[in-house]
Amino acid sequence: MKKAIEKIYLTIILIFMYAPILTLIVLSFNSSKSRAKWGGFTLEWYINLLSDEAVASALFNTLTIAILATIFSTIIGTITCVAMIGLPGKLRSVIMGITNIPMINADIVTGISLMLLFRFLHIGAGFTTILLAHITFNIPFVMLSVMPRVKNINFYVYEAALDLGASRTYAFFKTILPDIVPGIISGALMAFTMSLDDFIITYFTKGSGFETLSTLIYNEVKRGIQPEIYALSALIFIVVLTLLLIVYRAPQSKTKEN
Amino acid sequence: MKKRFVSILLTCALFSSLLSGCGENDLSKYPNGKLYVYNWGEYIDEDVISEFEEEYGINVIYDMFETNEIMFAKLAQDNSAYDVVCPSDYMIQKLIENDMLKELDFSNIPNAKNIGDQYFEQSRDFDPENKYSVPYCWGTVGILYNKTMVDDPVDSWDILWNDKYNGQILMQDSVRDAMMVALLKNGYSLNTTNPDEIAVATADLVAQKPLVQAYVVDQVRDKMIGGEAALGVIYSGEAIYTARENPDLVYVVPKEGTNVWIDSWVITKDSKNSENAEKWIDFMCRGDIALKNFEYITYSTPNTVAQENIEDEAIKNSEVAFPDLSKISTESYKYLGYDADRLYNDAWMEVKSADY
Amino acid sequence: MKLFKDNRNAHVMASPYMAWAFIFIVVPLCMVIYYGLTNADGAFTFDNITTILKPGYLKALKRSVILAIISTLVCFLLAYPLGMILASMKLRKNAYIITLFILPMWMNFLLRTLTWMTLLEGKGVINTILEFLHLPTLNIINTSGAIVLGMVYNFLPFMILPIYNALNRIDENVINAARDLGADSFQTFCRITLPLSMPGILSGITMVFIPALTTFAISTMLGGSKILLIGNIIEQEFTQLYDWHLGSGLSIVLMVFILLNMIIENLSDNGGNS
Repeated sequence: MKKAIEKIYLTIILIFMYAPILTLIVLSFNSSKSRAKWGGFTLEWYINLLSDEAVASALFNTLTIAILATIFSTIIGTITCVAMIGLPGKLRSVIMGITNIPMINADIVTGISLMLLFRFLHIGAGFTTILLAHITFNIPFVMLSVMPRVKNINFYVYEAALDLGASRTYAFFKTILPDIVPGIISGALMAFTMSLDDFIITYFTKGSGFETLSTLIYNEVKRGIQPEIYALSALIFIVVLTLLLIVYRAPQSKTKEN
Repeated sequence: MKKRFVSILLTCALFSSLLSGCGENDLSKYPNGKLYVYNWGEYIDEDVISEFEEEYGINVIYDMFETNEIMFAKLAQDNSAYDVVCPSDYMIQKLIENDMLKELDFSNIPNAKNIGDQYFEQSRDFDPENKYSVPYCWGTVGILYNKTMVDDPVDSWDILWNDKYNGQILMQDSVRDAMMVALLKNGYSLNTTNPDEIAVATADLVAQKPLVQAYVVDQVRDKMIGGEAALGVIYSGEAIYTARENPDLVYVVPKEGTNVWIDSWVITKDSKNSENAEKWIDFMCRGDIALKNFEYITYSTPNTVAQENIEDEAIKNSEVAFPDLSKISTESYKYLGYDADRLYNDAWMEVKSADY
Repeated sequence: MKLFKDNRNAHVMASPYMAWAFIFIVVPLCMVIYYGLTNADGAFTFDNITTILKPGYLKALKRSVILAIISTLVCFLLAYPLGMILASMKLRKNAYIITLFILPMWMNFLLRTLTWMTLLEGKGVINTILEFLHLPTLNIINTSGAIVLGMVYNFLPFMILPIYNALNRIDENVINAARDLGADSFQTFCRITLPLSMPGILSGITMVFIPALTTFAISTMLGGSKILLIGNIIEQEFTQLYDWHLGSGLSIVLMVFILLNMIIENLSDNGGNS
C-alpha cells in the first residue's frame, strides 16, 4: 500500500514536470499556428528553424560563451582552490566569503552591478562583457565543488613521491591532481549548466546585436510566440537528454568494467 | 567520465566552429562595414534589410525595441550602441533636448524628397528645423475590436471601462499610450502636466485594471487575431494587417480623439557608422522600398511615391491607412520635461502595482 | 605537510582570482551602493532607498515576499516527501532517477516558463482540452496563481536536490536505533529525520526563495505585466525609466532581504545543531 502511494506520488510529480515539455514537443509538429487546434503533422517549423540565422547565431553565441566561460572559470577556480592550501586561514575565509557573494546574491543585482562596472570602465557591451560576467558567476560553482576535494587531499602520497625523488610539479600532477579531478569535472559541468541557463545576468550585460538563446526567447515571447520556438525547445530538450544520458552512463559502465 | 566530458566539450566546440563558418566571409561579403539599426518590432519587411546589405555591401545588425522608453534607456546607457534608430515624435524631441542625435546631411539623403512636405511640416513640432529626422511611418492610436465578441457600439474610449468585457481587454504596456487613453476619456489633453488631471487618469486606469487581460505591446496584434481578447488598444498601422488575418476585427478611432504620431529615422550622436546610416535612411525613402515596407507592415507611409503606387485601390483610399486628420480631433505627444516624465512614470507605476 | 615550498607561491597562485574577485564582485557591489546612495547630481541621499516606502513600491515588495514565501512553501511540501521516497529507494540506479527530476533544470529557464504560458493561456492547451471535455475553463493566466505555478515549476529541482542529498546521508542505523528505543514512526520523523535533514531544507529554501523573490521574467511572462514584483520595478528602472540611482537603491533593499534570509537561516541552522 505504502509503496503504491509512493509510486503514485513519484508519477504525479514526474507528470507535472514533463507534461508541459511534452506538450511543447507535440505543438512543434502542429501545422496550425494556433495553440488551440491541431492542424496536422508538419516539419515546417523545424525546417524554418534550420534556416533561421538569428537562432543559429544565438545558439552559436550561447555555446561559445558557455564553453569559454567554463574553461576559464574551471582553470581559475581550480588554481585558486589549490593555492588556498598555502594561504593563512584568515585570508582563506575572506576569499571564500567574497566567492559566496555571487551565489547568494540575487541574479538581478549581480547583473546590474556588472552592468554599472562595464559602463564605468567603458567596455562596450557585447561578447566580452557577457563572457566576463559568466566567468565571474561560474568561478564560485567551480570552487564549491573543487574545495571539498582539496580539503581531503592525502598529502602522504605526495610526500612519498617527493621522497622518491619526484619534483614538486611532477608529484603534484601525479598525486594531487588525480584526487581533485572529479571535483573539477563536476564543477565544470555546473559552470556549463549555469552558463547555458542564465538569462538575467546576460540580459543586463548584453549589447546591441548580440543575442544568446535566453535573450532571443525573451524577445520572441514579448513579440508573440512563433511555432519555431517550440521546435527549438523540443530540440534543446532532446540534446540535453542525450547529453545527460551520456554523462550519467559513464561512471556506471566504469564500475561494470571493474 | 572525464573522457566523455572532454569529448562532449569537443563536440560542442566543433559544432560551434561549424556554425561560425557561416559568418566567416563577413569581410568579403560586406566590404563597407557595419550598420547597427534599432527599430520597432515587426516594423520592416526583412527582405528589405538583405536587399540593402547586398546593394551597399554593409552588414546590418538589426535589433528591435518595444517602447520608446526602452529605446531611450538603451541609448542613454550607450549612445554609440546603434547608428540609426526609429523613435516617435516626442521621444525624438527628448533625444534632441538631451543632445543625443546627430544632424543629418540631407545632400546624402536625396530620396528624402519623396517624403510628403506636410510630414516634414508636422515634424517641426518636435524637430523645429527638420535637422535630425526623416519620417518613416505615421498613424493614429485606436481601438481594435472583434465584432463577434463586442455588441456595443465602439466609438469612445469609455468602452474599455465596460465591465461586460471583463478579462477581454488588452491595454498598451507603455506609459504614454496607456495614460493617453485615460486622459482623453476624461477630456483632458494628452500632454497635460496638471497633477490633478494625471491623478484622475491614474485612478481610472486603476479602476480599469480588473477588466484588463494583460498589458502588452506587440502581442496585441497576435492575441486579437487569435481571438483571445475582444478589445485592444493598437496603432492604426496594424488595422489592415489584422483585418486581413481575421475579418472580424475592426479598427476605430474614438470620438474623443487620439494621438497622431510619426516615427522617424534619426542618427545617434556617437554613431560610428553615420555615413552608412545616411545610406540606410536614403534607402528607406526610396519609393519602391517604402512601398515594399508598406505592403508588408501596413503602417501608413509618408512616402508620396509609394502612396501613388499602391496597387490595391481599397487600401490606397482606405480611411484607416490614410485617415483624413481634419475629421478627427488629434494631438501629438510632446516631450514634457524631466519633472512631468517622473509624474507620468510614478502614475504608471501606481497603476501597474495596484492590486485588483 | 606543505604543498608549497614557500607560501608566497600560494599567494602568487591565488592572486589572479583575488584581483578578479575584487574587480568583478567587490567593486560592482560598491558601485550599486554608491549609485543607490546618491542622486543624479552626485549628492548623498537616502531618497532612493526610502522610495520603497511609497505605496506602489511597497505593494510590489510585499507581493514579491508573499509570492516567494508561498512558492518556497509549496516547493518544500512537494519536494520533502519526494526526497524521502527517493532516499528510501536506495537504488543503484539512483543517479538515473535523480537525473529525471533535475533534467528540466537543464532546459533553458525561459523555455520552461514559456511552456506554462502556452498551457495556461485563455485559448491555450489546457483550456482547449477542458472545453473539449465540456468542463469549465481555467482562468489562471495573468494572476498571482500562474506566477506561483511558474516559480514552483522552475525552482522545484533546487529544492529536491539538497533535501534528497541531506536525507540520503542520514545513517539508517540512527533511525533503527530510534525504532529500537520505542519511537513510533512519527516520533522518529520529528526527532531524527527532520532535524538531520535541516541543512538540506535550509539550503533548498535559500535556493528557491531568493530567485523567486527577485524574478522579473516569470511575472512578465505569466502575469501579463499586470502583476508587478520588486524585480520588475528594478528591471524597469534600468531598462525603461533610466534611473540607475533609484534602481540601485531598490537593489540595496533587495540585498537587505537576502541578508536577512541568510541570518535567519544561520540562526536556525545553529539552533538545529545545539
